[in-house]
Amino acid sequence: MAVISRGFVGRGGEVNPDLPAGQYLTADFPVLSAGPTPHIETVDWQFSIRTDEETLHTWSWDELHALPIEDINTDIHCVTRWSKLGTSWRGVSLDTLFATVKTTDKYVMARSYGGYTTNVPLADLLGGQAWIALEFDGDKLDPEHGGPARLLIPHLYFWKSAKWIHGLEMQSQDEPGFWEQNGYNMYGDPWLEQRYW
Amino acid sequence: MTGTSEARDGRIGNWKVGVVTSIRRESASGRSITIDVPGWGGNIAGQHTDVRLTAANGYTAVRSYSVASAGVGDRIELAVDRLPTGEVSPYLVDTLREGDELELRGPLGGWFVWTPQQTESVQLIGGGSGIVPLMAMIRSHEASGSDSPFRLLYSVRTPLDAFFRAELESPSANLEVTWIFTRRAPSGCPRPAGRITAADLEAHGFPAALSPTVFVCGPTGFVETVATALVALGHEPSRVKTERFGGA
Repeated sequence: MAVISRGFVGRGGEVNPDLPAGQYLTADFPVLSAGPTPHIETVDWQFSIRTDEETLHTWSWDELHALPIEDINTDIHCVTRWSKLGTSWRGVSLDTLFATVKTTDKYVMARSYGGYTTNVPLADLLGGQAWIALEFDGDKLDPEHGGPARLLIPHLYFWKSAKWIHGLEMQSQDEPGFWEQNGYNMYGDPWLEQRYW
Repeated sequence: MTGTSEARDGRIGNWKVGVVTSIRRESASGRSITIDVPGWGGNIAGQHTDVRLTAANGYTAVRSYSVASAGVGDRIELAVDRLPTGEVSPYLVDTLREGDELELRGPLGGWFVWTPQQTESVQLIGGGSGIVPLMAMIRSHEASGSDSPFRLLYSVRTPLDAFFRAELESPSANLEVTWIFTRRAPSGCPRPAGRITAADLEAHGFPAALSPTVFVCGPTGFVETVATALVALGHEPSRVKTERFGGA
């Protein structure tokens, strides 16, 4: 039985069915990162899918932009409890990228410029569920928000949508990434409130 | 990564019911709140806790707050700044009273933490209520008798906006405190009021050559400015740990 907080009424209003439990709506776009923001020039930018032994495919900025770029409208949910509904992005579907790659591995470690990592099952990157996002709200991505390019996996808590994405490493087992070693859940489904260990 | 194993012991678990034992005014909008939380079992400096409020109609709101205290035991201190458009912080600052119950879950987080086993120099840089997790580190540092040299740069609008002012005005021997006033500096303060700059970091922070661990906490703009300047001054990005205060 929850403790009733004397005198607390909250903001009230209708329960929003688009809001997972424990989340609140924000109109801002809060920034959360564990360290300094890396600044990467697009001429230097590369994205690769690889194993620990070999690179399976690498795309330059221009090569990525030569692929079909999709419009994405989606809700996003941060483990720090803000959610933002109806955000608009543009990016390249990971289905497109994985169409050129053969792998039997079932797990992925996303690796970012600056050293950030996060783990995701491959199945969560396919089937129209994940993108390399290049634009937010009609503009190129700010470095603060992960520009020039970030992973976008909106059905998981937003720490899985790695900023400053540099590559995906295929793995036979699910290994913990950065936040997953530091207190956060291995999978991170916002609808199941999988926040912490 | 230090702290991970201690943080990983699965104590996050269920919601615990704490009782507010005292509330102290830190500034016009800030309060520190001491809470007895049976079963808390201690925390590492820099960790945070979820706080859950429940209205009479069952509506709940949860936010995370840094813990200003560190060490073993079931008594913790939070320090909260009222965000004008916030939902939880105005309640904690304006409505909460001694004797009230509060639900908490934690301690949480294993990255933005300091443990007394660390021996390297530590540079703390806080903006506004971003001082809270840094205060836990300062207290843990002092309580443990650590030899690790600590420096704090604390940026506030005016002297009246400082949290933990009395405590920081008489720091322990291994801690050097530099105040940055952004809107109004006290008379006699050699530095004119203004936002923190690379020159402040260079003049009062540990040099990059010493490879200090740097903890930066505050509003997003403050953290971006400071972290970018630190990297430009030669600090290894992986040694600069940041925590940004956003949301409500």
